[in-house]
Parts: sequence; C-alpha cells; structure tokens
Amino acid sequence: MSKDVLIKARGLSVGFQIGKGLFDKRVLKAVDKVDVDIEAGSFFGLVGESGSGKTTLGRAFLKAVPITDGTATYDDGEVSYDLGGLDGAELKDYRKRAQLIFQDPYAALSPRMTVRDIIAEPLEVMGLTKSREETDARVREIAAKCRLNLEHLRRFPHAFSGGQRQRISIARALVSGPKFVVADESVAALDVSIQADVLNLLKELQRDLGITFMFISHDLSVVAHTCDHVAVMYLGRLVESAPTMELFKAPRHPYTKALFSAIPSLDPDDDSSAQKLEGEIPSPTNQPSGCKFHTRCPFVQDRCKSEEPKLEHADGSGHEVACHRWKELMETAAL
Amino acid sequence: MSDLITVQNLTLQFRTDEGLITAVEDVSFRVRKGEVMGLVGESGSGKSVTAKALMHLNAKNAVYTPESKIILHTDEGDLDVLSLRKAADMKVVRGGAISMIFQEPMASFAPAISIGKQMVEQLMLHSDMTKKQARSHSIEMLDRVGISDPHKRVDQFAFELSGGMRQRAMIAMALSTNPKLLIADEPTTALDVTIQAQVIDLMHDLVKEFDMGIIFITHDLGVVAQTCDYVSVMYLGRLIEKGPVREVIRDPRHPYTQGLIDALPKLDELDKPLTPIPGDIPSPLERPKGCVFNTRCSKIVGDVCMNDLPRDVQVDPVHRVACHIYNEEGQA
Repeated sequence: MSKDVLIKARGLSVGFQIGKGLFDKRVLKAVDKVDVDIEAGSFFGLVGESGSGKTTLGRAFLKAVPITDGTATYDDGEVSYDLGGLDGAELKDYRKRAQLIFQDPYAALSPRMTVRDIIAEPLEVMGLTKSREETDARVREIAAKCRLNLEHLRRFPHAFSGGQRQRISIARALVSGPKFVVADESVAALDVSIQADVLNLLKELQRDLGITFMFISHDLSVVAHTCDHVAVMYLGRLVESAPTMELFKAPRHPYTKALFSAIPSLDPDDDSSAQKLEGEIPSPTNQPSGCKFHTRCPFVQDRCKSEEPKLEHADGSGHEVACHRWKELMETAAL
Repeated sequence: MSDLITVQNLTLQFRTDEGLITAVEDVSFRVRKGEVMGLVGESGSGKSVTAKALMHLNAKNAVYTPESKIILHTDEGDLDVLSLRKAADMKVVRGGAISMIFQEPMASFAPAISIGKQMVEQLMLHSDMTKKQARSHSIEMLDRVGISDPHKRVDQFAFELSGGMRQRAMIAMALSTNPKLLIADEPTTALDVTIQAQVIDLMHDLVKEFDMGIIFITHDLGVVAQTCDYVSVMYLGRLIEKGPVREVIRDPRHPYTQGLIDALPKLDELDKPLTPIPGDIPSPLERPKGCVFNTRCSKIVGDVCMNDLPRDVQVDPVHRVACHIYNEEGQA
C-alpha cells in the first residue's frame, strides 16, 4: 500500500547571501537540490553533522526560511499548499498545521508566563478558540496528553525539570492541532533517563493524534529507535535515505557507514575503529566539487572529484543512495 | 601503579538563601597514574562540583565538612588540597599538577586574544620558560594534538577554528604544563560523533604518552565504555557504584546504573522499546531521606530504603555498590 505523501520536495534549495557588496553575490547553499517525500503519519528522521543543513531543511518545510530554488508542497488531504509562494491567509492557516519543537527547553519557554499561558498562547494568537473556557479546555486536554500534571498549569517554567519543560514545549507545539511537526534536536539537551521518556511520548502522540513528525537529530541511536524512515544529509545534500531497519542493516553510503562506526559502543572491548573519518566537514561557503564527501571518503576516485552523484534507487525498497561506487562497494563487501 | 589523587569522605554544601544545599555527600575515590576514571551521572548529580573541588575551584559559598579530604600525591610528598589558602600555593595545583578542560571550548578561550598568546601566558605562569620557549612549546603541543599548520594556527583566534579544532587546542593548552592529572568535563559532548571519535582516540594516546591520570566526566555511557578504565556513578551527590568499566557496564549492580543502561538507545536492539527511569532527579533542596534514589527506584526492598542510607558494599573484588539489595557480603 502506498501511503499519502504529506510533504514533497523536488530540487529544494535554500541559499543565504553572504556577499556584502553590490558585485559580491556569494551565496551559502545550506540546502542543495534536495528531493524528499515524507509520508503522512510517519516518523521521518533526518541526521547529519553540524553544518549539514538539516535544521535549514526543517525550517524550509515550515516556511521559516525562504526557498530559493525548487519546490516543496504540503498536502494533508484537506488542503494543499505550494510552500514557496505561500503568504497571507494561506500562510496563517499553514502555521496552524505545521509546528516546531525546539531543542533547548530552558530557552524556549518564557520565564514570565505560567505554563497555562505558554500553552494557550498559540490558540490566542491564531484565534482558534472563542472563549476563555474553550481555551482552558483545549489547554487541559493537550496537557493531559503530554502527561503534564494539570495542577501545575499555574506554575512558572522555572519550577520544572528539563524533561517536564520539554513536555510543556511539546504541548505548546501541539495545541493548535498540527498535522506536521518538526522536532529539531528535541531530546539533545536532556539526560538519558529523561530522553527515553520524551521519545516514548513523541511516538505515542504520533500514533494517537496521527501527526507526521520530522525528527532532526545528530544522534543516530536515538533516530534508529524512533523513526520509520531516515535520511542522511551531508553539506546540504541528501546522501542516503531508507526505511530505518534497512538503513541500519545495510548502509550503502560510505558517509552513513562512517557515522555508524563513530557511535561509541557500550561494549568496552568493541574496537570498531575500522572506518574512522579523517578531518572535518568542509565549510559550506567553500564546498568541494563533485561528490561533496570526496574530501573525507576512504573510497574516493577521480570521478568522485568532478562528477556529482545523483540520488538513485538502491537495492532495498525505498532505499536511495547518492554515491558513484555504492554497487561496487557492496559487491566487494568493502562496506 | 601509584596513586595520584585520593578523595576521602568529600562532603560539600553550598550556603544559599534557602539554607545549606548538599551538592556532594560522602564521596571517596582515587585515581592512579595512567588511568582514566569516568565520572558518570545526570545533570545535578554533583559530578562537576566534585571535579571542581579537586582544584578548589568552587564558589566562595562552598562549605566542606572537616572530614573531607582531597590528597594530591606529588613527588615532593602529599598535599591536602582543601587546606590550601594562599593563591601562590593554589598555583601548584591549578594548572600545575591538575589541568582541566571544559565542555564548551568556545566559552573557555578568551575571544579577543589569540590561541597562542593564551597558551604562552599560562606557560609563563607555571614554568620557567622564556616567552620564546613557551611559544615554540605551544606550537609543538598544537602539532601533537593533530592540528595542521600549527605555526599559522597559533596566531589565530578561537572563533577562526572549528569545534573539533578548538577542543584539540584546549587539550593542547591543558597538557602544555605537563600536569599529573587532567580533568575533562564533558569534553566531547558539544562535538559531532565523527569528531568525538577522533578526540577520544587522541585522549587515549595522550594518557599513554604523558603517563598521567584523567578524570573523564560525562553522561554518555558509550563514551565511558570506549575511554575509561574505571567508572564511578553519581546520583544526587552520592557515589552509588564504582568499579572497572567492564564489570560496571556489563553487570551493573545498582538499580540506577541498570536503569541508565536500559534507557540508552542501542543499535542492536531496535525493536525493543526504550525504558526510561520514571520521574525526574529531585531538586537538591528536596533530598529524599534514606537512599537518595528511592523516589525513582523500581527495586525498593522495604522501609529500609526510605529511612536508612545504604552502606557501600563490595560485590566483587574492586566493584562496590551502595544499595540495600545487597547484604554485608555483597549478596543480593
């Protein structure tokens, strides 16, 4: 059964002008020609190092950064929008349907508002409720879903721990009833014991409320546990995209493979230093030619330096990879 | 291996408007030469405060109990760190015998002074080097930690370096005075996994080369497994389990350590749901009576957990745990 696609991007690029003069038109390409389909109701993971453009891609889908090239569309069955040209009343309506959960629950909540007011604010700003009673009822409903103690609604954020604060941010993001939620590093600032709790909550909300999540993270093991489908980004490009199980069992891109082997293993005797990456991610202002990973890739050839690989269908279903040599590497079992 | 530093019954409270807040309670451990000791715990567990106590770096409102002892074993004899009062004496410890690197390398370098100048400054303070020697030593150290082009980098500013580079420079600076003990407070937390792996490798090499001890503070048990020889687990200011890293990670005895390991997402068990430890770490203002973990523990054995502090018992020759599940002989 093929599912409905909620967010569809084709050749999506986001650039920021960094040149300062009239003739200095240098552009930093944060997201470069990305094709992606996010299925409705799925938990879509996006991983990559800092500077890979994962946050910018998430923001492009929320229309929080201008799309410079390509298209991105949103279609939830009720309405469909072309995100590039969205404005006015349509943009307002889209804001209701697409929301963002931030990374740091300490910075995201105003210290001068009560929890109730924090959660109610989107409703009031968007004018979604008619009376205070209705607002209160909505706030209590979503707070209960996010496992917040209703007696705590009158308190201020400083009285809460990191995990509770993150549940408040989640409630605030979900109160307008969005269909699409971008969770940008939403558990990165939390302790391990709390992190598991918030991840379980997000999964539960996805199931119960039918929300499509785009989960941005640098932590592969977290992504592996929560997401249905994972896309890997490197310097603004999508290098690999596959259903989670498929990707973790059989990564096809050398970068994905290297990311996996960099995760510190819980086994002290596991010395998986086989494929440690040398060097660092190049600056996005000075991007390499050809395959952007060629400066760090252990399998680099001349072709990689000049010709940019396209995202192509790999062996498994829904598995895509952008590498000139993936087939060859798979056959020689180098990966 | 000889002992480098011994901490005995360290209890540390902070005087605040709300009264005395206990940050660290009755913590004992030691670090030996050429050994990496991991100090693990969640935020608020007191791991950073403990590390700062070793250098007498805590704020002025810190109160140490008279039983607290931090003994630094130097070639010239033993030194009680907590008894030091004069700034000149302190210099022997801070940046001399002990160096520290922090989580956020951007925040630890002065932004408007070049890396080299900062390295030279501390070398001039702690050694007899001339400015010229200090500079060439700094360049040598930058080269040693894998920074390319050290001659150029030494005159750059922190903002010109990438995150991984900055942390390498920080390590070079901390090691340039040739300390006996290095305290690394979450040194890889702000770095990407690929860079983290590089920094961990580097630290491995440096322990061997410089034959020093490292206290590695982190909340990431995977990092501990890959870096440390011994591990101490802290919760709400108390040391609840300590032992060799293999034993503690493969066979954790304290319910908290077990919970921490279960809560960790593992790549080889993708189908298993994550099991969080219920509840949150209590505020230090509301320290529970009895065992500090009793508000979240799933293995409460009875009233004893609520009323009595568990004793530190030996479950294996060098593996100790503080939990009521185990009797005097260390049997469950």
